[in-house]
Order: sequence, then C-alpha cells, then structure tokens
Amino acid sequence: MDGVFISVEVNGDAAADAALAAKLEEVCPVSIFKGTPSGVEINAEFLDECVLCGLCLDAAPDGAVTVTKLYSGETLTR
Amino acid sequence: MRFFEYEAREIVKRAGIPVTDFGFTRDAAEAKEIAARIGGPTVIKSQVLSGGRMKAGGVQFADTPEEAQTHAENVLKLEINGQMPRGILVDPKADIDQEFYVGVVWDGTAKQPVIIFSPVGGIDIEQVAEEQPDKVGRRHFSNILPFSDYIAKEVIASTGVTGSDLNKLVPIVTKLAKLFVEKDMTLAEINPLGKLKDGSFVALDAHMDMENEARGRHKALLADLGVADEETREAREATPFEIAGEAVDAMDHRGVAGNVTEFDGNLGLVIGAGGGSLTLFDAVRAQGGDPANYCEIGGNPSVNKACGLAKLVLQKPGVDKIAVMMSIVSNTRVDIVARGVIKACLELNMDPAEKIAIFRIPGAWEDEGFLILDKYGVEYADRSVSLHEAARRAVEKIGAAA
Repeated sequence: MDGVFISVEVNGDAAADAALAAKLEEVCPVSIFKGTPSGVEINAEFLDECVLCGLCLDAAPDGAVTVTKLYSGETLTR
Repeated sequence: MRFFEYEAREIVKRAGIPVTDFGFTRDAAEAKEIAARIGGPTVIKSQVLSGGRMKAGGVQFADTPEEAQTHAENVLKLEINGQMPRGILVDPKADIDQEFYVGVVWDGTAKQPVIIFSPVGGIDIEQVAEEQPDKVGRRHFSNILPFSDYIAKEVIASTGVTGSDLNKLVPIVTKLAKLFVEKDMTLAEINPLGKLKDGSFVALDAHMDMENEARGRHKALLADLGVADEETREAREATPFEIAGEAVDAMDHRGVAGNVTEFDGNLGLVIGAGGGSLTLFDAVRAQGGDPANYCEIGGNPSVNKACGLAKLVLQKPGVDKIAVMMSIVSNTRVDIVARGVIKACLELNMDPAEKIAIFRIPGAWEDEGFLILDKYGVEYADRSVSLHEAARRAVEKIGAAA
C-alpha cells in the first residue's frame, strides 16, 4: 500500500498470519500495522509516518515485509 | 503572564516590601466597608490589565466611605480599553513626601536582569530617562549567583540618593530583585514607591509579569492569588489563526508545533530548534522580510503535525511562500519535517517547489530529507548556509514573487 513517501507491502502467506500480524502491530512505533484474526491490515493514514526503523523487517520472516521509499525508489527488505 | 495590580501588590507584600493597607473587592458596598476600615481619604482604582486607567476615569479619590462606594459603583461599570474591571482596589490616600521608581526587568540582549531605579517616580520611567537621564540608575545582576545588597546600594546611590533614604531603600530594592528571580518574573516594578511624611517607604502601585513557561513552578502562588489555569493573561486575545495553531500542536503527543503567533506579512514561517525560531524570525526581519507568523517547531514532530502546521501557514491570507528553517537539529528528523511540509503543499494542490522558498534544516537524517526535497524540486540548504543567508534567500524569493 502506498503513502506519498512510503510504501509498505506484506507478502503472501505472511499477510494472513494472525500471529505475525500481532507482532507487527506490537513493534511498529507509528501504528502502520493492525493485527486482526485474519491477518495484517495496513493503516494507510500512518504510512508516511514510517521512521524507517526496520523493526517490522526484523519481526517478519525474510522477504515477508517490504518498505519502499517512494521518493528515491530504494527498497528495504530482509 | 500579567498580574492585576491587587495581585502584584500581594506578591510585593509577601516579599516583605511595605505596602499600604489596601483592599480588593468586586462589590461597591464592600468598598465602603474597606474605606471605613482604612479610615480616611481613599483611592478607588479599577483593576484592569490595560494602561490608561487614570485618563479613562478608572482612578477616583474619595474623602468618605460613602463617596468611596459611589465611586466604586461607577468604576466597576467602566470599560477601559475594551476591558471590564476584575474588581476595584481600595487604597489609602497616602501622605507622600516624594515618589520614587524601582523596577527589575529582563534584558534580553544582556541576558541578565537589570535593576532600574529613579528618585523621580510616579510617571513613566521612559519619560524620566529622556528628560532627566542623570536621575535613572541601571545595574545588571546575575540571576544565578546570590543577590548582594551592595548591588542595590550601587544603583540607588548612582542617582544621588544618600543617607537615611539610601539605607531604607536598599532592603526594598534587594527584596524586589530577589522576588524577580525567585518568582520567574520578566517585569517587577513598583511605581510609585512612596516616601511618606514620616520618612518610611511604601509601595503605592506595582506591576508584575511572570514568564509564562514558569507558571508550573508557581502553582501555589497562583492558586493563592486565585489565578485560574485557563487564564492566559496575555496582552491580547489569541486570534483564530493562533487558536488553530494550538489545535495543530494538540493533535498528537509527538514533538512541538507551538507558540504560533500571527503577524500580517507575506512570508510564512515554519521555524524552530533550540531558540532558532527567535533567531530566524529576527533574521527574516533583518533581511527586510515581512513574516506572516512566528512558531516553534521541534522535538521530532510527526509528519502529520508538521503537515498541519505548514497547511495552516500556507492557507493564511496574504502568505505567498513559506520558509522552513531551523538551526542544526539533533532531536528532530529532517526527513520527517520535509515530508510534512511537502505533504501540506500537495494536499493543498500547491507546488512544493514554488511554495517553499527555502528549506534549511541541517541535522539528523538530513541526507534522507534532501532526497525528498530533490524529488519535489525544493531549494534546500545544509549547515554551510547560515541562518541569515537562508533568511536572505527566502526574502529574496518573496521579493521576486511580489
């Protein structure tokens, strides 16, 4: 999902993982992720608040979360 | 924040400086009782935060308690400079031999308090300074080190006061200087300080302004005086623009976008960082610019808060461009502020490159911030460009746009 400056994607099976969703909600300091029983939802209104801390990348399996800086095209993933 | 005279007198009294046996009331009948207790001629003084009371009829003299009541009734109904009185002060009409002036004020240039003393009181000290400069003594002192009596003695003696008067005045001036520091005042003034026929001194009027930011340190005093938390006691009411600025600051807990103050210029300012706001505002003025506002942004505000402030300023009537400037920041991220101000432009369908005259915020995450500014074509500057040069560039662009 895209903001003006930041895009965040949660890929494939990871997006439907309720436990991962809860973890992402817990670690994100600016509330971009919302954990639900059916998986993770993105709070679009907070996308541009992303501080590029990388905690979501650390919390998720490799390649599950991708953060893109829309102003430079640089992609952050693990 | 400014105190009413009756409050300022109480503060002076608590500091151990002699005051008259005054009374404060909101009721004319009670004014009569106070006058009867005082027993003699009295002065009825309107309690407003505005000057010009005497000219407006807000100060009346009474010879009897009945007359005091009549005057009180009239003064309580009298609007002065748009203000209705908080109440009235009933004061004994003192038997004065001579009027003196003593004040302590914060000198922002010297960054120290300064005592101003004159044996010519009862009129504006500015007038005395102009007409009888040798009758005005000034002396700076440290607000960190303990205050010593000799400082008071020096400033009084410099105006030619000697002997018994000098000895009696030293403790009064000393107490006022200590009060100024201990109570975080920006102004503590007694004018006139009356010398009575018996040779004693008494404060006949007092003005006190407390640093707004210090209110939290003096809750007990303010509660004793009956100053409510919601009373701003500013020189004027906040404008809708300023109230909207407070709402922006309150929208979330992250960072600060505060002290939004309205001016009538065409260059909007999003400025801040450790005193940087004041420096930058002055820099814009020094470069011939005409600020539309003052504000203080910092402490790592959210994108949303930076955006809200920038939108508020951009939408202010008469604003052609905004200048986004700070001194070097360590606790505010450059990229977050950049996102906020650019987002504000985009949400208002404005071109960031055209509306942001300059973005000069060096510091934390500046490389990331500059990438964002590059993408939108906004002119930016790093720490190699001084605050004054950044202000000059912004003013130059406004000039070119006008």
